[in-house]
Amino acid sequence: MTAAMAVPMEHALVVAGLLFCVGLFGLMLRRNIIFMLMALELMLNGAALAFIAAGARWGNADGQVMFLFILTIAAAEVSVGLGLVLQMRRQIRSLDMNDASRLRG
Amino acid sequence: MLSQLILVPTFPLLSATLLLLVGRQMPRPLVTLLGVGSIGAAALTVVLLLPQWLANPEPVTVLLWQWFAVANFSIDVALYLDQLSIIWLCTITGIGFLIHLYSSEYMAGDSDYARYFAYLNLFVASMLVLVLADNLLLLFLGWEGVGLCSYLLIGFWYQDSTNGAAARKAFVVTRAGDAAMALGLFLLVAELNTLDIKAVTGAAQAQWSAGSTLPTLACALLFIGAVGKSAQLPLQTWLPDAMAGPTPVSALIHAATMVTAGIYLLARLNGLFVLAPDVMTVIAWVGVTTALMAAFAALTQFDIKRILAYSTISQLGYMFLALGIGAWDAGVMHMMTHAFFKALLFLAAGAVIACLHHEQDIRRMGGLRRTLLIPFWSFLIGSAALAALPFTAGFASKDLILLMAWASGEQGKWLWSLAALGALITALYSFKLIFVVFFGVPKTEPNHQPGWRMSIPLTILAALSIGGGLIALPLRDVLPLPNYEAEHGLVAWISAAIPIAGVIAAFVLFQRNGIASIAAVRSNLGHWLAAFWRSGWGMDTLYDRLLVQPYKRLAHWWRHEPVDVAVRLIMWVVSRSHWTVAATQNGQLARYVTVMVLGLILMLALVVRTPT
Repeated sequence: MTAAMAVPMEHALVVAGLLFCVGLFGLMLRRNIIFMLMALELMLNGAALAFIAAGARWGNADGQVMFLFILTIAAAEVSVGLGLVLQMRRQIRSLDMNDASRLRG
Repeated sequence: MLSQLILVPTFPLLSATLLLLVGRQMPRPLVTLLGVGSIGAAALTVVLLLPQWLANPEPVTVLLWQWFAVANFSIDVALYLDQLSIIWLCTITGIGFLIHLYSSEYMAGDSDYARYFAYLNLFVASMLVLVLADNLLLLFLGWEGVGLCSYLLIGFWYQDSTNGAAARKAFVVTRAGDAAMALGLFLLVAELNTLDIKAVTGAAQAQWSAGSTLPTLACALLFIGAVGKSAQLPLQTWLPDAMAGPTPVSALIHAATMVTAGIYLLARLNGLFVLAPDVMTVIAWVGVTTALMAAFAALTQFDIKRILAYSTISQLGYMFLALGIGAWDAGVMHMMTHAFFKALLFLAAGAVIACLHHEQDIRRMGGLRRTLLIPFWSFLIGSAALAALPFTAGFASKDLILLMAWASGEQGKWLWSLAALGALITALYSFKLIFVVFFGVPKTEPNHQPGWRMSIPLTILAALSIGGGLIALPLRDVLPLPNYEAEHGLVAWISAAIPIAGVIAAFVLFQRNGIASIAAVRSNLGHWLAAFWRSGWGMDTLYDRLLVQPYKRLAHWWRHEPVDVAVRLIMWVVSRSHWTVAATQNGQLARYVTVMVLGLILMLALVVRTPT
């Protein structure tokens, strides 16, 4: 069991944090909605990786259960997101998020 | 007994209500029947009641119902008839009926015929309530009622905005007096806890010593109310403008009845006023000053109705003089004779105006004595009575006032001198009117003659203006007798000769045109003085500068609502905040995310740093 813990948890958490930050910056800096969805996926994966690492560290199955949940949520999110992308393409003929600002105050 | 008294104010009130509600749909003859007939019925009731009452001339109170009761203070609606109120009762219904009859011809062509009679009937009803009231609150109700009707009738032809302005002026100026009167009533309630006229007089004489502060204050306040209503100095400015109303209205309201309400109030409360000798002195001096100033103003007017208006102010001044020196019966007598001859003069002037295509400027009249016979003789008799020539009704009362003034204490000689000068000017201006309008060269030809409904009132009033002085007024029991006798001897002869001198002077100056040869009249000072008098001694300008303009400036300043600054500041802050916050909602998703992340980091930092 301990032999499987070849990768220390701290390293796994650093990777997860980096993954999350890459996604976050992608979300903040990108304007194309498809890239923003991909950035969201990266952030979800970062969070999921943190769960896996934590579950492995304490030998608890809850981490892997949470990972499965996140995987399901990510799939649902992508299906809704892609539907939105299609509608956006149809309605405003652009994939630039800044063009979809009709609700501004 | 005498319960029919209630009918006297009820007839006009019912008729006024009917005419106000459905007068527009009524055919004209019905309106005439209601309008004139109701006053006729009231007059007839008075005539029928008179012998019954004279057989047993005791004051009568007719209790109708209780108006209201608060704690131990209650007010009844009750009518009170005594020697004083019966004089006013006869004058109001009698002259009122004649003027209503006259109006039915004078106003025949007016499109608002029914409204006119509705207001006029309402006026008579209010005036009757005023003089029949048993307590001062009911009297005040009538007092305000006549004020309202006066306002409505001055502004009767409201399509012309100057008439509306005249009506508002009359209303506002008299309201100034009424406010003081209301304060006087409050004082009486607070101090004596009653408004019943007999009780007020009785309680005042029991509780207050003559000349002390409270009766002086109460009488001064009530006197200011009378000053406003009776157009005395300094609240007289509304009456000349009130001539904007139809001429019969001027005859009834602004000469014969309403403006004498102040005299009535003072005479009614004589028991209270004798407790305030200082106020009595002021009343006498206000009266004589008003009489003199208004006489000078009347001398220089061009409008026939304004001459009569100033003459009314002047004659009311004589009445106040009489009351002020304690010659109560002379004042009341002059009220009655003045009602006769001034109603006559106004109605005759109305006939002249109506027959001359509504011309009111005496400079465009002349030589009417041959063409307008009845108005001429009416005017001549009326002017003779106004000037107080011997053997007229005016002489009987005004001469009495002059002689009483001479005999009344140390100031008497001064009062007499001013009043006699006023009498001279009165004779001068009233006969100036006769000579200018009815003699000389004809300038405007009359287009028709007055009909019977105008002629009969003129004839009756002319007869009363001559013989009215012979009516013996039964005032001995209700008014205190002066403690001095009227002056006899030389002063009496001088007083009687003064009006005759005035008439001769008017003949020389205006008929023989002697006025043109007097250098002083043609000088700059003469012109300035004439213009000054014509403007009513500049009182209108003075009030305009002193009160109207500052008020308008204040209103203008106030229109920007300085009080609202705080409220508007809050509004401004809220609105600016709204725009500031709204600007962040720019629709840029990336920026929302950035802000959200920064916020999250901040919150996390706070959570981490906070010691648990």
